[in-house]
Amino acid sequence: MNQVYEIYKKLEERNVLLSFKGMITSELLTTILQIMESKMDHIDENPKVKKKVFNILVECLQNLYHHIDQDDFVHVPAEERSALLMIAKIGDSYQITTGNYMKASDVPVLKEKLDLVNGMDKEELKAYYKQVLSEGNMSSKGTAGLGMIDIARKSGEKLEYEFLPINDRTSFFSLTVKIAE
Amino acid sequence: MENLILEGSAKTPTVKFDAGNGVLELKGRSIPENSIEFYKPLNDWIDAYGTSPKPNTIVEIKLEYFNTSSSKCILDLFKQLEKLNSGNTEVKVNWYFEEDDEDMEEAGEDYQAIIDLPFKMIEVEEI
Repeated sequence: MNQVYEIYKKLEERNVLLSFKGMITSELLTTILQIMESKMDHIDENPKVKKKVFNILVECLQNLYHHIDQDDFVHVPAEERSALLMIAKIGDSYQITTGNYMKASDVPVLKEKLDLVNGMDKEELKAYYKQVLSEGNMSSKGTAGLGMIDIARKSGEKLEYEFLPINDRTSFFSLTVKIAE
Repeated sequence: MENLILEGSAKTPTVKFDAGNGVLELKGRSIPENSIEFYKPLNDWIDAYGTSPKPNTIVEIKLEYFNTSSSKCILDLFKQLEKLNSGNTEVKVNWYFEEDDEDMEEAGEDYQAIIDLPFKMIEVEEI
């Protein structure tokens, strides 16, 4: 089969509204958010759903942005500094998927955080968010350690993730966030 | 002292801090990748305002969206105002949220639980 057609069919099968693979810059982030907003306006999306999708998308994109912004990624091959984003709409529910390379040594800490958040119900997430908000410190990059908690809280679903080992020092992290109505 | 007026952008809110009437308004969206840079002048302005504030200070938060980076900066802003409140101004917070926007309503309640300032939750049709 024609390769381009193959990619197209795959995106269609997954009901992908928007996909991107490459470097995540601040300008790109603004553009993706604008495109998604106008797409949702165009189909007259329920304002409540629209806000949830937008909020979660902001956090997902900024996770990618800050991750790739890390100094220790300056010396790695360009392909490892790029990321994947896919936004799909299946029936009435939205799915945001991200994929990015990360340092294998950082996997345990992230996995622990994701499992912790996934083990919490709505009230526990609310309490945990407030705890990190009031006690946590902010990094110089402006991250507050609240992203995953906020994503889990707003999505109302468990976060689906996978770490795929690439070599001794690199893993590929994929995350799918479902947005329940 | 001078007022602090900043026009909103795709990722930052409109700021209207009026030293003349003691009304401090944040409106729109606050989703910059690094919010520290954006909020620093706001903190500085509040520090200066605190030296000779109006007897009543009203904080109007009319945010449509804010990210987790901003949430920490907004908390720090409230903490600054909390300190002023015990001095020579009475600080009140009006937290606006759109109808059915439970996430924004809850966000206001989170701050209310952490910060010792009177919060009024105001539901509006559109921000």
